[in-house]
Amino acid sequence: MTNQSKSTYAQQEFKGNKNLALYTTIWLISTALLAFGPKLIWDFSIALTVVAIVLNIIAGGLLILANVKYVKCLDELGRKVFLESATITLGVLMVFGVAYELIFVTGAIGEFEPRISHLYFVMGITFIVSTFLGHRKYR
Amino acid sequence: MKNRLKVLRAEKDWTQADLADHLEVSRQTINALEKGKFDPSLPLAFKISRLFEQPIETIFEDEY
Repeated sequence: MTNQSKSTYAQQEFKGNKNLALYTTIWLISTALLAFGPKLIWDFSIALTVVAIVLNIIAGGLLILANVKYVKCLDELGRKVFLESATITLGVLMVFGVAYELIFVTGAIGEFEPRISHLYFVMGITFIVSTFLGHRKYR
Repeated sequence: MKNRLKVLRAEKDWTQADLADHLEVSRQTINALEKGKFDPSLPLAFKISRLFEQPIETIFEDEY
């Protein structure tokens, strides 16, 4: 067996991971720039804010493409685990999102204001936990 | 689905990692296949069949 064939899948997966990490970082930086730039850097200049919005959307698009590329470089078990995790995450997000909004509408949580970032938190945690459990299931 | 992957691998004196490299999948996939926790797709089953030079039906056994 050659060294080249020995590390093909591992190399492919590593490259996908690296690519995804790079675009996630770029998107996070562009998001931070959009969130804090208007107040701290360019004193609410409309033109610069529009540029920051456009950059953020472009970075987001690149992140989505990197994610698609990452899924394509996984083997079939990896894709199965990813699909199961994404399905669980989507379901939890929908159920939690609707319940969270209704709790707010009915006033059950008092003055507490729901934010979209709370849903991102739930989404992230759900995906990480379900991916971990998925890998454990097929170990 | 039952399979003879572990036996065939042992005959070649390969580790799970060796077989994973030949099939271009992760070692976890080989482990899941051998334990019967995961059924391969048709392309992967054909790849396994070509690698061990045996028909698919002699490697995989339908449990129904």
